[in-house]
Amino acid sequence: MAARVVVAGASLGGLRAAEQLRAVGWTGPITAVGDEPHMPYNRPPLSKRVLAGTAPFASLALTPRANTADVEWRLGTRVTGARLRDRVVVLDDGEELDFDGLVVATGLRARRLRCPGPSGPGSGRHTVRTLADIRALRAELALPGVRLVVTGAGFIGCEVAATAVGLGVAEVTVVDVEPLPMLRPLGEFLARALLRRHEERGVRFALGTGVAGFEGDGRVTGVVLSDGRVLPADVVVESVGSVANTEWLAGNGLDLSDGVLTDEHLRARRGADGAATAGGGAFRVGSEAGGRAFGVASEAGGGSARGASHEAGAPPYGTTADAGCLPYVVAVGDIARFPNARYDGVPRRVEHWSIPGDTARHAAKVLTAQLCSQPVDFAPFAPLPSFWSDQYDFRLQSFGSPELGHDDVRLLDGEADGDMLVGYHRDGRLVGVVGLGGPAAAAAAARHRSLLLERPALSPQGAAS
Amino acid sequence: MKVAVDMNKCQDHGQCVFAAPDVFRLDDSGRLAYLSDPGDAFRADVEEAADVCPMQAIRIEA
Repeated sequence: MAARVVVAGASLGGLRAAEQLRAVGWTGPITAVGDEPHMPYNRPPLSKRVLAGTAPFASLALTPRANTADVEWRLGTRVTGARLRDRVVVLDDGEELDFDGLVVATGLRARRLRCPGPSGPGSGRHTVRTLADIRALRAELALPGVRLVVTGAGFIGCEVAATAVGLGVAEVTVVDVEPLPMLRPLGEFLARALLRRHEERGVRFALGTGVAGFEGDGRVTGVVLSDGRVLPADVVVESVGSVANTEWLAGNGLDLSDGVLTDEHLRARRGADGAATAGGGAFRVGSEAGGRAFGVASEAGGGSARGASHEAGAPPYGTTADAGCLPYVVAVGDIARFPNARYDGVPRRVEHWSIPGDTARHAAKVLTAQLCSQPVDFAPFAPLPSFWSDQYDFRLQSFGSPELGHDDVRLLDGEADGDMLVGYHRDGRLVGVVGLGGPAAAAAAARHRSLLLERPALSPQGAAS
Repeated sequence: MKVAVDMNKCQDHGQCVFAAPDVFRLDDSGRLAYLSDPGDAFRADVEEAADVCPMQAIRIEA
């Protein structure tokens, strides 16, 4: 039988991986396994136009390339385990799938607050990750006089707040432990401008405080803050970041402390396994509840701090893969914690929409070469990050890595109340830009993209000092 | 090769312009303009443009 690739995960990353495997010439069977009952769909509109009701669910469908016509899709099926040494993944119905190459693309799930009070279906507590999530949330926001509390002022939280204002929701309050919304991706200067724009449109903020619990009997009536205040609430959105779906990989000697640690070619790296799996990640957040009910400023940055703290014992960047990685297992999408050769070589998970496509393109080349016994002599993976966020009538558009340059932020163009272009610098050098405003701001950011692309790599961590 | 952009979906992100600058561009007001019948030589670029469109608004027809 021809060698088979199993793609674990059937969202954007899984689809792009299948397409790219075919595009680079992999002709063997491909089986993609996904736990949602839908074919892969596009998630960004969920918190915006779909929640707003201006785009139908059907408009989210991704159109697979024709080259995936013979891919087998196992939908509504969860991958529950793996024995990588035997090259087997285990499905929730007990079936075992043999593979020669494995693409790990099981992505993330919304992190939940773990504190006292009503929980579960019907409690009024929601997350924003899947079609089913948005269907449930939309139905509840449509009730008259609804008071919404959004816990977490990251991308999702800010977008949901903006959409809710547009829907005419009576009261919208956003809570975050950080002093400003989207502080981690944007830095203080721009986060302050963002706060002002939300407040001008009627959103209230409770910042610098966490959530201690929920009031209500069966259904939420209020959110208890860790500073003692209680916010009346009929509906709660929990946008406190995400947890990587890595539990099924436990016991295989991988580093699963935050997603799947990979080498510079997205091949899964060996590491300390066991207790420090993704389950541990969720537990750590819960365990912080005594001090602060949640410790996540934004879903994009949630992984970085923990990633950094984990690096102490990791081999330095440049260690090659062959010794420390599983050559037939690659990670794709926001579950991959990879070193970006463009920057400092510190492995990070990146939760931007562009990453599934970027990682799939590189990982498919690498995996196909490995399976065909060809050398992996490509340049290391070095994507230029890019994110956007649409809120109200404005857009945040970023290129590069602003979070690497928070200590040196300059207003490159525009003014605080209008279109703005902000530059982020490290060692005096531009490492990222964010435009805030209308099309002119986004266009200004885009004009810096080629400049950022052409920059030579930053020094590896440690070498500079 | 025929290219079609669903202008109801397009939000002028401009990612297609980076991927296939010979086929897509943003005009002076930031709105998308594109060639609907580019030569087959641009197929790889246009496929990438369709991939990277955040709104998934680009369709390639034969």
